[in-house]
Amino acid sequence: MRRSGLARIPIIDIFLWVFRIGVIGVVLYGSFGTLRQGKYSGEVWIDFVVFGLSQGSVYALIALGYTMVYGILRMINFAHGEVFMSGAYVAYFAAAAFNAAGFLNRQPVIALLAVLGVAMLTSTGIALVVERIAYRPLRRAPRLVPLIAAIGASFFLQYTFRGFFGTGFQAYPGVNVLKGEWVLAGIGILRTQAVVIVGAVVMMLALYLFVQRTKTGTAMRAVSEDMEVAAMMGIDVDRIIVITFGVGAAAAGAAGVLYALVFPQVHFFMGFLPGIKAFTAAVLGGIGNIPGAMVGGLFLGIFESVGPTLFLEGLTVPGIYPAGIPAPYQLKDVIAFVMLVMVLIFRPSGILGERLATKKA
Amino acid sequence: MRHVRLLVALFVALLLAGGSYFVPSAPAAQTMGPVTDAIGVVKINKGQPITIAYWLVIAGPDATLGVDSRRGIEIAIDDAKGTLVGHPIRLIGEDSACNAEGGTTAATKLAANKAIVAAIGSSCSSEARPGAPILWKAGIVTVSPSNTAPVLTAPDRGPDYGGYMRTAHNDQVQGKVAAEFATRVLKVKKAATIHDGSPYAEGLANVFADVFTRLNGAGSVTSREAISPTDTDMRPVLTKIAAAKPELIYFPVFIAAGGFIARQAKEVSGLGAAVKLMSADGTFSPDFVKAAGDSVVGMYNSSPDLSPQALGPGYTVFLNKHKKKYGGNPLSAFHPHAYDAANLIFAAIRKVAKKDAQGNTYIGRQALRDALFATKGFKGLTGTLTCNQYGDCADPKIAVYQHTTADVTKWNPGTSPKKIYP
Amino acid sequence: MSAALRTGLIWGTIGVFLSLVGMVEAFAARQVIVGVVSLGHLLLLIISLGSGVRAARQVAAGERAPGAVLLRGLVAGMVTGAVGAAFIAVGPAINLRAMFISATPELFALLSFGRGIAGIPLVLGAGAAAGVLGAAATLLPAVIARPLAVGVTTALTFGLFQELLQIILQEGTIRTAIKRLLFTDDGLPPRGALIVFVVAGVLSALLRGRRGGVRAWAASRPPRQRRVLSAGALVLGVALVLVLPVVGGLFIAQVLVLVGLYVLMGLGLNLEVGFAGLLDLGFVAFFAIGAYTVGLLTSTGEHAIADLSFWAAVPIAVVASLIAGFLFGLPILRIRGDYLAIATLGFGEIIRLLFLSDALRPWFGGSQGVLGIPKPELFGFEFSGPQQLYYLTLIASAFVAFVAARLRDSRLGRAWMALREDEDVAEAMGINLVNVKLLAYGIGGAMAGMGGAIFAVMLGSIFPHSFSLIISVNVLALIIVGGMGSLPGVVVGSLFLVGLPELLREFSDFRFLIYGAVLVIMMQFRPEGLWPSAAQQRELHEERADIAVAPVAEAVPGEAQAEGGGS
Repeated sequence: MRRSGLARIPIIDIFLWVFRIGVIGVVLYGSFGTLRQGKYSGEVWIDFVVFGLSQGSVYALIALGYTMVYGILRMINFAHGEVFMSGAYVAYFAAAAFNAAGFLNRQPVIALLAVLGVAMLTSTGIALVVERIAYRPLRRAPRLVPLIAAIGASFFLQYTFRGFFGTGFQAYPGVNVLKGEWVLAGIGILRTQAVVIVGAVVMMLALYLFVQRTKTGTAMRAVSEDMEVAAMMGIDVDRIIVITFGVGAAAAGAAGVLYALVFPQVHFFMGFLPGIKAFTAAVLGGIGNIPGAMVGGLFLGIFESVGPTLFLEGLTVPGIYPAGIPAPYQLKDVIAFVMLVMVLIFRPSGILGERLATKKA
Repeated sequence: MRHVRLLVALFVALLLAGGSYFVPSAPAAQTMGPVTDAIGVVKINKGQPITIAYWLVIAGPDATLGVDSRRGIEIAIDDAKGTLVGHPIRLIGEDSACNAEGGTTAATKLAANKAIVAAIGSSCSSEARPGAPILWKAGIVTVSPSNTAPVLTAPDRGPDYGGYMRTAHNDQVQGKVAAEFATRVLKVKKAATIHDGSPYAEGLANVFADVFTRLNGAGSVTSREAISPTDTDMRPVLTKIAAAKPELIYFPVFIAAGGFIARQAKEVSGLGAAVKLMSADGTFSPDFVKAAGDSVVGMYNSSPDLSPQALGPGYTVFLNKHKKKYGGNPLSAFHPHAYDAANLIFAAIRKVAKKDAQGNTYIGRQALRDALFATKGFKGLTGTLTCNQYGDCADPKIAVYQHTTADVTKWNPGTSPKKIYP
Repeated sequence: MSAALRTGLIWGTIGVFLSLVGMVEAFAARQVIVGVVSLGHLLLLIISLGSGVRAARQVAAGERAPGAVLLRGLVAGMVTGAVGAAFIAVGPAINLRAMFISATPELFALLSFGRGIAGIPLVLGAGAAAGVLGAAATLLPAVIARPLAVGVTTALTFGLFQELLQIILQEGTIRTAIKRLLFTDDGLPPRGALIVFVVAGVLSALLRGRRGGVRAWAASRPPRQRRVLSAGALVLGVALVLVLPVVGGLFIAQVLVLVGLYVLMGLGLNLEVGFAGLLDLGFVAFFAIGAYTVGLLTSTGEHAIADLSFWAAVPIAVVASLIAGFLFGLPILRIRGDYLAIATLGFGEIIRLLFLSDALRPWFGGSQGVLGIPKPELFGFEFSGPQQLYYLTLIASAFVAFVAARLRDSRLGRAWMALREDEDVAEAMGINLVNVKLLAYGIGGAMAGMGGAIFAVMLGSIFPHSFSLIISVNVLALIIVGGMGSLPGVVVGSLFLVGLPELLREFSDFRFLIYGAVLVIMMQFRPEGLWPSAAQQRELHEERADIAVAPVAEAVPGEAQAEGGGS
């Protein structure tokens, strides 16, 4: 018998090395070029980084849900982006109502907490319904089947919201107290961005403590380790799965409100791309790993914000691109996806490493 | 079994060869009743309705554009009392989805219907590219109320577009007006453009950049950026633009992206309050005021001139009819163009239709097309329309407006936003 | 009884959901039978009927007294009606429209038969009546039920597709006579519906008895005659397919071309997902590469790199997609499962964004796309319209289907299936995973590339906006619905998921809503698809321990059996 069939490994490895070096080479060359041009001052770079941090925090919160569900069910919950959207959307109505009553600006903290609550409740509700109807009956099916059901659920939710609330967008009311910026250590940061970053960190900590310190959290970790053994140990697996979905969804709902604070338009399709980016973030940080989700999210956010300018603008190709790549921000998603592919190829366990044993997916 | 296979193959080959001959050929010279025409004649029996079709975007996120145009057509039909050369007018139509495939499908569906005399559409330029030749191959002439891409009426557009004309302005004009406004009125020397990857926005941004460079010298356009229409975080792009210190940012995009740009431009430290923002008719809608919030105040928009000064009292009459029939103000900016398109068609039909002794009506397709293209000095709602040989009929009146308030309920083109140029 | 109540509630909620999503109102614009029932009302009717049917089926086998069944139906129907009534009563009162855009006064008028709150008893009555009808339908003996159902369905289908049928029937004396008999300008009047109902019902009743007889008769013929018969059936089928665009007219031909393109893509993705188990969500990239290759090579516009004819360009496009498949597959060889899905999705988006970008505009045309792509010509004959392109697509699809079928039965195909089952075991059995995976991506991509080539000439211009993720999802959905790994399934899926929304524009607004629901429902109840390959059906039902299934006998060709048994 032939030696295990992968006799071609050297060629593949060579190709992968070339790929790796190629991408890194392009990145370094571009960065060098941009920094050498010196068009941007240090302040501007810091601005970029801050934008990236706030965007990344939102990704991180959504990534939480992905990472927890994947850790237990080994399944990408495609509908998670829509869970995020539903929280943001429904909370809009609460926010608009509060704004109309003047409540939003009189008692911003309470009002915002109420809006957050509405969002989290909605998201959790929807996630649990989807789990019950679409995922639970398919738990034992071959891998492809729940994935497709997830895609179907994602579309269904999107277009349900489109049908209910229209194809246009709704604009979140502005909160007066959050207009403007704070200056920390000489760096200007928008108040909304600060709230988002702080909120994300707080939620992350809360979740981390929940998973590490409480009984339910331990049960969750047990189930993600080995579902059957956990069941044998007397853990109610169904209940744990429901709780996982619920907690992840609540985080996504909160992310929805925070997102809406910074980008005040909500519409039915808003969850799709953030969902994919959040999954990228989860993988980047290490799937199944909660601090990993945070790290991955922040990393991705900064990459997206700084990347196009840093890598592409200085990428001068004599004769074709004398002044670097034009309109680099159009390629922002390309950068994100290339990064995703690189991570998936070269370090599928992510930055902080996969917390669980590498079970063949 | 081999024999059967051979037989089948033979049969298939025969059918293939014969099948293509069965395909109905394109309309050819025809004589029907009192009319002889080079590409075909439509016969409408006495008492039967005369069919006019539309292919517009009436569903989906851009539906306001198409629905707005359709309402213009409907009001034109009302004004003609629903009758044309003695027949009731029947309006049918298809949704064209604002993309090439949708345009193809809608046009094909209409082209298959031999009863259609003329068509109004499309809404988006990307639909017209494949769609107009399909309609013209079936002999159906089409007048577009809102296509603005220059290439559709360019001299080198080819005979496939022989049946296409439009009452909307050409984007060459809009971009030029915007650039001239920026240079002469705002006295801006450096500008940046952002487009969103759609043919409309990119075309417009390019025209603006070209004219602006011509007026202000090389390098006056500091950056030509692009985003995706679904992007939400514009700050990095804006920060990048800010580094070159432009005085004006021209972003002829659509409402969602435009809203984000307007809002975030104020937040980006490099730009500050001094930078002027300008967009085009893609964002000329109350929804944009909703999206942009307070930052819309002071912003400029170019758009077809819908002010009473430009369009005359006829437009006010139209608006009243619109309010009565649909319970509100128009949704977009091209309803008067659609109204004019419909009336152009009606006038041409009245000119070329012939009746026979029994009262049936005959309309020659080539004759109709020629009559439409021969339109001169037609007094329409949007101005005096004269069609050139390539189908540009518009009397383009582009105005620049400035937003004065962020209150959506006060939306009233002309006053709020206020028309400030010309 | 509580089951009936619950059924009624569930179906009633479904009805309210459909109303809020806007389906009922949008559908109401289309008159199925002019002046009698619109599609919207039909939808509501079906819901109440469904409620009754379900409640009736829930009755335990032993208790099937007609009275009990009808009572259940009544209860379920009435509860469904009650939910609707509650909605009508509450909706306008609490200004539901402020939140749900579909909760318009027109909707409530529709639901309450134009009477508003006063219509509530009518709604309850209608619900109850429909419920009873539904329950009664389950009681009817098949002899009556079958023709009835066929007649009703045919009449409704005629009413639904009346526009199309009228276009088909607008030429030729016989056809115009039929058209005048059945249709009016607005659609299908009650008279026409009645005629269709009667004709279809009678035909069904007559043929029903015959069908079993015909089968038996055919089975009893000697093998040679049977072969002739099946060949004859085949020839008839082929003839029908060939004549369709001519008879159907321009629009039907156009829809069929689109269906054909999706069949091409479906065959390619079927190879990757169905045979080899490699989930590819970036499939549209190959389609795009094929289209752009042909576009750039044949265009008369500014971005052309060569001035080739279509026939020279197509092989190049196919090879380009093949190579793209290899390049695409190389980096992701080691990725598995769900990660693969996301990685391929990323690739698909990367390709689209690159084609769209300003950076690559000098080569690919950016957002303005590549214009001026001429139609193919063959010895002076121009494939100028959908009717001609249909034949081109047909030949391409037939060829590709043939290739796919041969591949499936070849060694490579077996290797793919082994790969799909378990990669590690396959590797252990000596299958060269690298080759096999790359070939899957490559060949699958090449098939899509061919589809892209025809797409480019069909539209005459290509824009990057046509190549979004949605198309990949469409193709995936259609092979799932049709049956993964099954070739006829691809055609079935394509007809349903591509053809139907084109023919019924109301559906196209709610297309993805229906897709989503269909995907979820199909995964639960029929994951092998509508026309599955026997292997898949066996596989998927073995895993689902809760469904007891008799072993599915392999469809053995009649001749082999006869030859083995008879001669």
